[in-house]
Amino acid sequence: MIPVLLIVIPLLSGLLGFFMKQEKLAKGWSLLSSLITMAVAISAYFTKDVTLLRSTHEWIPLMGSNFSVSVVDGMGRMLAILTGISFPLIFLATYNTNYTNGNRFHALMLLSQAGLMGVFVATDAMLFYFFWELALIPTYFLCSIWGGEKRIAVTFKFFIYTFIGSLLMLVGIIYLYYLTPDHSFALQAFYDLKLNNDQQGWLFWLFFIAFAIKMPIFPFHTWQPDAYEQAPTATTMVLSGIMVKMGVFAMLRWLIPIFPAAFWSWGDFISFLGMFGIVYASLLAMQQDDLKKLVAYSSIAHIGLMVLALVSTTDSGIQGVMIQMFNHGINIIGMWVVVALTERQFGTRKISELGGIAQKAPALTILLVVIAFANIGLPLTNAFIGEFLMFTGVFTSNVSQFNYIYTAVAGLGIILAAVYTLNMIQKVFFGNTNSITANGVDISFTEKLALSVLVIIILVVGVHPQPILDLTNDTTLSILNKMITKHP
Amino acid sequence: MNTIFQLVWLIPALPLIGFFINGLLRNQLPKAISGLIACGVLLGSFVLSVLVFLQVKAGAAQTVHLFDFINVGNLKIPFDFKIDQLSSLFLLIITGIGFLIHLYSTSYMHEETNGHFARYFSYLNLFVFSMLLLVMGANYVIMFIGWEGVGLCSYLLIGYWFKNVNYTAAAKKAFVMNRIGDLGFLLALFMMINQFGTLTYGDVFAKAGEASTTIITGITLLLFVGATGKSAQIPLYTWLPDAMAGPTPVSALIHAATMVTAGVYMIARSQALFVMAPVTTNIIAYIGLATALLAASIAIYQNDIKKVLAYSTVSQLGFMFLALGVGAYTTGVFHVMTHAFFKALLFLGAGSVIHAMSGEQDITKMGGLRKKIPITYITFLIGVLAIAGFPFTSGFFSKDEILVAAYEKSPILFWGGVIGAIMTAFYMFRLLFLTFFGSFRGTHDQEHHLHESPISMTFPLMVLAVLSLVGGLVQVPHIFGGHPYFNEFLAPVVNSVEHTGIETLEYALLGGTVVLLAAIIIMTFKKFSVDSADGEYTGFKKVLANKWYVDEVYDFIIVKPIRFLSKKILVFTENEVIDWLVNGVGRSVQWTSRQIRLVQSGQVGSYVLLMVLSILVFLGIQLLTKK
Repeated sequence: MIPVLLIVIPLLSGLLGFFMKQEKLAKGWSLLSSLITMAVAISAYFTKDVTLLRSTHEWIPLMGSNFSVSVVDGMGRMLAILTGISFPLIFLATYNTNYTNGNRFHALMLLSQAGLMGVFVATDAMLFYFFWELALIPTYFLCSIWGGEKRIAVTFKFFIYTFIGSLLMLVGIIYLYYLTPDHSFALQAFYDLKLNNDQQGWLFWLFFIAFAIKMPIFPFHTWQPDAYEQAPTATTMVLSGIMVKMGVFAMLRWLIPIFPAAFWSWGDFISFLGMFGIVYASLLAMQQDDLKKLVAYSSIAHIGLMVLALVSTTDSGIQGVMIQMFNHGINIIGMWVVVALTERQFGTRKISELGGIAQKAPALTILLVVIAFANIGLPLTNAFIGEFLMFTGVFTSNVSQFNYIYTAVAGLGIILAAVYTLNMIQKVFFGNTNSITANGVDISFTEKLALSVLVIIILVVGVHPQPILDLTNDTTLSILNKMITKHP
Repeated sequence: MNTIFQLVWLIPALPLIGFFINGLLRNQLPKAISGLIACGVLLGSFVLSVLVFLQVKAGAAQTVHLFDFINVGNLKIPFDFKIDQLSSLFLLIITGIGFLIHLYSTSYMHEETNGHFARYFSYLNLFVFSMLLLVMGANYVIMFIGWEGVGLCSYLLIGYWFKNVNYTAAAKKAFVMNRIGDLGFLLALFMMINQFGTLTYGDVFAKAGEASTTIITGITLLLFVGATGKSAQIPLYTWLPDAMAGPTPVSALIHAATMVTAGVYMIARSQALFVMAPVTTNIIAYIGLATALLAASIAIYQNDIKKVLAYSTVSQLGFMFLALGVGAYTTGVFHVMTHAFFKALLFLGAGSVIHAMSGEQDITKMGGLRKKIPITYITFLIGVLAIAGFPFTSGFFSKDEILVAAYEKSPILFWGGVIGAIMTAFYMFRLLFLTFFGSFRGTHDQEHHLHESPISMTFPLMVLAVLSLVGGLVQVPHIFGGHPYFNEFLAPVVNSVEHTGIETLEYALLGGTVVLLAAIIIMTFKKFSVDSADGEYTGFKKVLANKWYVDEVYDFIIVKPIRFLSKKILVFTENEVIDWLVNGVGRSVQWTSRQIRLVQSGQVGSYVLLMVLSILVFLGIQLLTKK
């Protein structure tokens, strides 16, 4: 019941939103809808009755595909909660931003939310693919209609990238479907497949590239900084806060358990991409003058660490990835909110053109500083928990002989993150005001509220992470089990 | 079960509460209230610390469990506090001296607006909170929380006047330098998890014997890398002298009671590991000595009162690491304590001088202040005597113990230490005479404004002066009729070396100290009490005055190459190479689509629309054909 609601509420309210002519009404409507979804998602955390947490209906019986959804699994539930929490915060933080045809904008956002929820709860491969596309298509429209100057070119690049990924994945899904004994798309049927190493070898890449593009893993990442830069900020928040997790999530739910042998044989190659991506993206982040691009490269660096930890095949590594999916979503949305508020007020995102905002907007600055330090993994913020566990996992992993090197090189990312983040704070918020920032004012109540909620989540998870770790523990153990038992 | 141990969580919690009250209500609270809150919470922590200390002294050390922090698989990291002799001693130093610095700050920062005043105190409270976590934690993760926490607070306080770009740059430098060390610390933690499966002190030390020497050497070296960042040792010391950009009481806090002592605490705490790694301890001893000498040589030619003191801190920290490196762990801790007394005294005294001089920090523009600000002068003089190791002051006992320990290890370390001590005396008396003797060299306005500081500033000075004088009496060598109470107290946690048959050395040190100090005092008095320091520095003096150009060298060999790599190579790769490949794919897709000429619009919208429609049609057919 609950997973169906999580999809249906945003889907229906999104479709209805197209018919609301007044922007104010549409805004209120989507905020209300997202709040209800959030309540349902949070209720899933407290629900013990398993029958409420999953449901299966016939969908396309001809093909053996069912509408089967479930949030019994801790990882799916956690990401549903993340999606549930994020949307109201995004709507709240951008409440004062006006769009032409605002009703369509908000309607598409809600449709995207429905798709995201579907991705996280689907336990049928066809359904998963359907929602994967449902989540992406509205974002193409959001970027191409409401984006920046270069939106068409950038959206095209984004589209090509993700579309190629999706196609590869579709081929893989259909191939796997034909391999199942009773022709089924069910997740469990895929898990039960006994694939030989050759099959794993090439099928693995079909899925890997699709997910790697989404995360993104170096060198499949170049769509991302451009897309983040050109997309309207609310959409950027969805793209980076939640959609990036589609890739990580899909690796954990679809890729590793189905092709563990391929993961074993390609582990070092993937780790190398992750490790290289961390340093590469961090160094590039140092050079960015556009706030959005800085955050984008910083995100790629963070994802690199997740890639390393995914491959580590350790409790702490996988648990670290789990909790970091949640944390990364919260923190990066916080960063985008700050960027959006800065840009809306001063009309620029160029670091070199800003300065001295702290004098004019102390509340914004304080909230930013907390979020920024969470972004660089300071202890007692949420990201420290994730990074600490992931590093522990990478270091103690015994699947690779290079694990010390991975840890040490990835560790450089910790230092570089401090460099570019503090640089940004120093140049944008400290120092003296200039002609652009001289007449700045502090942020409004709704914006303070949205940022404060994020900051509170950051600190609470940082001090008491165990509830989230407990939530994903079962998923982690079952993934590890599948990896270890299928060890060649 | 002692009730006091149930309240031990309050010791860090009180400053944390102070931080939140002052931080959140900074614009509502008048200065009197926010100052009162900040000082009050710290006084509360201090009282509790004293009670805890008395219990521990009576033999009631224990671990207090608060809650489970991280439980993943076999890795269990509880949020526990370890209250034993070592931590309770640090509690006293941190809360006691911390309180005096808070009290002093209420006057020193009085010219700030309400909001900034409260912000300042909220940072100070947070600083003390972090440092308390660092010393109270019962495992390395809690220590690391405090470890990075003090880094954060130093960042906030050094950059407290955030309009000034140089100050915020210094803040950033402090944080990044510390982060480099922190990476070493973190890697050490991962090695420990890998080797021992735990980070709780007791379990790690119990299992230390099972590990190979190579592993232990690796762990201890990485821990030491962490210490070089936090405790400003070669090669990561350059942030500390720049850290004086913050308000002067902050320097007192960073240099005396908190932060820089963290590295010494960590190594003393991990003694069980370090004693198994002679390679590491040797490196520590020589790095310590080298730092002591390098920093002292720089301090001789600095003209900024705070800079001289900053380099003296780096140098004194070098002495502490020298002690740790030669295996005299309690002596290192002893010097932490005496140094906390006299360095807090000197920095607060310097603050009082700067206050009197209307913000002037250049000692060549001072002179003759002893009659104008007598309390500051006398207390400052006591601080100088203590740091110079004048017989029977606190610094004399701790420094001599270090030299004795070094003597037993190697003549190089001993004589190096002696030279360091001589230089210390030299630059400190130079500072004293330039500031307080001779004739006034400042402007007329400054002379007119000269005034002694209010009681809230001079009271901490007097307390610290007394401590600097008598604080060493807890550890007086036998030949002077004393008893090593300090070592005895710490014995359950930190073992100390018993020195025997060294009476001659002790007498020689006493005699040598007296003779050398007398010579230095006369020399510096003649040179610096009459006129200003040398004018333009040339030759080697110039190298020293410019701090051996270490900052410039770092910039050239580390910062510049990274910038170059990032700017020239990576940006090229990213924008040209990878994008070209990707766009190639895009171009070929476009080309194919043009050839097929099914969709001619070339717009994403139509592609997407087509796809959505296809999916819908597909689904519709499926639904209709459903039986």
